[in-house]
Amino acid sequence: MSVEAVIVTNEDAARRRIGATAALAAVVALLALISLGIGPVRLSPLSVAEALFGGGNEVSQVIVREIRLPRTLLALAIGAILGLSGASLQGLLRNPLASPELFGAPQSAAFGAVLVIALGLADVRSYALPVAAIIAAFGSVFGLLSIAGRNAGLLILILSGLAISSFAGAATALVMNLATNPFLVLEIAFWLLGSLEDRSFQHVILALPFIIAGAVMLFSQRHAFRALSLGEETAQSLGVDVGRLRLFVISGVALGVGGAVAVTGTIGFIGLVAPHLMRPLIGHDPGRLLIPSALAGSALLLAADIAVRIIPSTSDIKVGVLTSIIGVPFFLYLIMRERRALGGGVA
Amino acid sequence: MSEAALLTAKELDVRLAGRVVLKDVSLALAAGHLVALVGPNGAGKTTLLRALAGLIPSQGEIEIGGHALTSLPLRERAKRFGYLPQGHMVHWPLPARDIVALGRYPHGATDPARLSPKDAEAVLRAMQAVDVIEFSDRRVTELSGGERSRVALARALAVEAPVILADEPTASLDPRHQIDVMRNLRTTADKGVLVIVVTHDLGLAARFADHVLVLREGGLVSQGPPAEALSEQVMADVFRISAYRAEYQREAVIVPWADI
Repeated sequence: MSVEAVIVTNEDAARRRIGATAALAAVVALLALISLGIGPVRLSPLSVAEALFGGGNEVSQVIVREIRLPRTLLALAIGAILGLSGASLQGLLRNPLASPELFGAPQSAAFGAVLVIALGLADVRSYALPVAAIIAAFGSVFGLLSIAGRNAGLLILILSGLAISSFAGAATALVMNLATNPFLVLEIAFWLLGSLEDRSFQHVILALPFIIAGAVMLFSQRHAFRALSLGEETAQSLGVDVGRLRLFVISGVALGVGGAVAVTGTIGFIGLVAPHLMRPLIGHDPGRLLIPSALAGSALLLAADIAVRIIPSTSDIKVGVLTSIIGVPFFLYLIMRERRALGGGVA
Repeated sequence: MSEAALLTAKELDVRLAGRVVLKDVSLALAAGHLVALVGPNGAGKTTLLRALAGLIPSQGEIEIGGHALTSLPLRERAKRFGYLPQGHMVHWPLPARDIVALGRYPHGATDPARLSPKDAEAVLRAMQAVDVIEFSDRRVTELSGGERSRVALARALAVEAPVILADEPTASLDPRHQIDVMRNLRTTADKGVLVIVVTHDLGLAARFADHVLVLREGGLVSQGPPAEALSEQVMADVFRISAYRAEYQREAVIVPWADI
């Protein structure tokens, strides 16, 4: 074997990954066009594309660009940040069962947002909402990683996550319990279900800066995740500042998930599922899984948001409900697959 | 050791969680030597290895190649130590080559898919040195324990650092693979690298090492060439055993024998 062979074999694998990623991006683009075409007025992907770039008639331009585009953009961005957060947490903890919702991050973010609304500190369109959600999400992930310690096994992580999400749920329930305005309670309850309906560009502007900041922070750590495959001690010996890496991941996840929850409520299980769908295509390198997982997250949330509009039902199904209904059985399947590691008590 | 020391420690103290784990350890080790670090369980062998690599905070002075360890940024430290932890865990089923390529991380090759020719050469050299080329495309999780330990060793070698620190690299290997690993480390030392190996196998230490460090309860109690450092007195005091001593094929043999 020669040096060329070492490099060339790597190039083959790289080509395969780039192909898979490009195909995935095409799927996301197609789903986005379909998403823009669905609603009371159905438009074909072709006329959607036309309207998007200023062609077609004026009515379809208004429908696509002003009414439906914010919803699709949010699905795209939030799906991406959830997939990226899941892949990052799995990379940091070297654990395929890590994800924001299993660690209570969205539940805590929702509590932060609900508290701000209930106290009358903000309406649903002020920046106080994402800021409160981000602070609460940061607190939950930071707390979880502090409790779990440096080389935590699967069992400790899952149990701490369960405790934190239960606590966040109970705290949210308490706020609703104590709220005196029944309309407010109803509004909060609906919002907690997680939905992308009737979102405007104001919501996009509210969430997007935080989501982008979180995504940049997480993506900047891609190489460190790879070194971390060898464990924290070895990664440190290779020059990775593990403490800084942890802080970046916690902050990135908090910014992304907090920003997302502030405009849509809790949407779970995208972060858990997306990286798993990508591993057979991309391989297990945690650094290379980030972008494909973000794309898969976008595809999943776009597809779920299309599904809730197509599935015939008497009242609207909320997209957060649908992702959980599909996500939890998938979680059970993963537990079954990881049974051996879980049974041993440590992973 | 008479040559100029590559790695020195002066009055090294380490406390972990309020407990004194190492106290007043001073040593000076030269390039090209294979140093065995031995001692009973809990003597602080792993802690000393970690402290030398700067992975845990310590009091005292550590110098590597004339630089104070604390004055070196993380990346520069990383270039100077090839660290092989106990158990050498790999958490994802990555191909063996990608694992070895991570040894080039301190040199800026953070992506195994984009190795420069120089880094690829280093990876290749490391893989050839421990003979793991044949399974370079296989996932490490599919390899046997012996094969995996060779891949881990190749990863540490790929750093091409002046110092290799290996924590029980022979643990849980069959006798043949134990000898293979020690031979590889011996060859590495003969090329001018300072290799420090933690081991419980006094026989391997006596046979392969130039220099032996004996730790007990956080203190260095004996050091020197194997025959001196592992004298009958030290064996009795530190390990509370006697040993059978001989020479076989012109190499020193120590077989721990009976309690005393």
